[in-house]
Amino acid sequence: MQNKEWALYEVFIRTRAGLSHRHAGSLHAADDQMALDYARDTYTRRSEGVSLWVVRSDQIVASDPAESAAFFEPAEDKIYRHPTFYEIPDGVENL
Amino acid sequence: MYTQGLDQQGKPEGKRDAPESAADLEAFQKRIDAEEKIEAKDWMPAAYRRTLVRQISQHAHSEIIGMQPEGNWLTRAPTLKRKAILLAKVQDEAGHGLYLYGAAETLGVSRDQMVADLLSGKAKYSTIFNYPTLTWADIGTIGWLVDGAAIMNQIPLCRCSYGPYARAMVRICKEESFHQRQGFDIMLVLCRGSGEQKAMAQDALDRWWWPSLMMFGPHDSESKHSAKSMAWKIKRFSNDELRQKFVDATVPQAEFLGLKMPDDDLRYDKKSGHYRFGEIDWQEFHDVIAGNGPCNRQRLEQRTRAQDDGAWVREAACAHAAKHAAKAA
Ligand SMILES: [Fe+2]
Ligand SMILES: [Fe+2]
Repeated sequence: MQNKEWALYEVFIRTRAGLSHRHAGSLHAADDQMALDYARDTYTRRSEGVSLWVVRSDQIVASDPAESAAFFEPAEDKIYRHPTFYEIPDGVENL
Repeated sequence: MYTQGLDQQGKPEGKRDAPESAADLEAFQKRIDAEEKIEAKDWMPAAYRRTLVRQISQHAHSEIIGMQPEGNWLTRAPTLKRKAILLAKVQDEAGHGLYLYGAAETLGVSRDQMVADLLSGKAKYSTIFNYPTLTWADIGTIGWLVDGAAIMNQIPLCRCSYGPYARAMVRICKEESFHQRQGFDIMLVLCRGSGEQKAMAQDALDRWWWPSLMMFGPHDSESKHSAKSMAWKIKRFSNDELRQKFVDATVPQAEFLGLKMPDDDLRYDKKSGHYRFGEIDWQEFHDVIAGNGPCNRQRLEQRTRAQDDGAWVREAACAHAAKHAAKAA
């Protein structure tokens, strides 16, 4: 295999209008158009989608799972952001 | 499918890994025990990673090599309808291979490395694909039995602890039931046809039944890494358990077709509710794994030729991409 390996792409599918795109898997392609064509052939053989996104894997910026406790910590202690934090007296409705 | 418990065929873990702290290992096992999924970038023991790379890549290779025995009949399918169906089925198997290579790559092994290991004979694939497809009934039998066995094996893998593998399996399992049904449908038509057609169906069953049972891998007592894979929730059922499920599901289907399983020891055991069956020829199993099945050489040669013949296409695609990138810049 003297060829250089084709770039890795991540594939996202919108299964129908009204839903967001969701990660389906990955594939290798030489360029963006080929990535789209391959994504269609590989991931939507049974009409699983109405829209496809492909993005080169090396272009994705991701949080580090090893740091996730510290990274997400600022949200941990703000329980007042949830409606259940507040006590509603009996008799008060539509709140 | 077709992991075949080949995952248990690997050599004992001799390689030294970087030391792993007891606390890390314990925390990892706790996550597994709590049915948490492990994702690609999460910390994992090196042996867990290695087991998965071996199993997922073998599984991917099996899907890819598995296209050959069926591909052999694409141009000779008896009707246009059967040809279209078989083409779609074989294309699905290519897709399965691609999903699985993608899942294995998340563990840090490259696609090129996996392909190189297949072509050099270092990586294994399911023994079942080293048998020839001699008649059209073989295509029916493969769908019915081989994809049927694959489904038994693959459904529990949808709950595998490794997220990317589990998700690939969900996608695959959705597609497999069409495979099994189209195979059974071929058998049904043959068995309702002329005496000659029925004899062809019986002959195919005679040749494929035992190799299908071998797909589940060696007996539990012989299976080296099984306990570890169970503890890691990569495997959920043992080889023998899955084999028994497959026999129990399949024997009544053969009866419906009016075919006879090629096993004189096969009988229904009322007390346990299971079919008891004869002993597998393990010598044959080991011979095929060792590379001495009827078609091992042919399968690898054909795969190597496809790889070589496609080299110019891959090069041209790279040149095309580079040219357009330069134009756009
Ligand atoms: Fe498959
Ligand atoms: Fe299949």
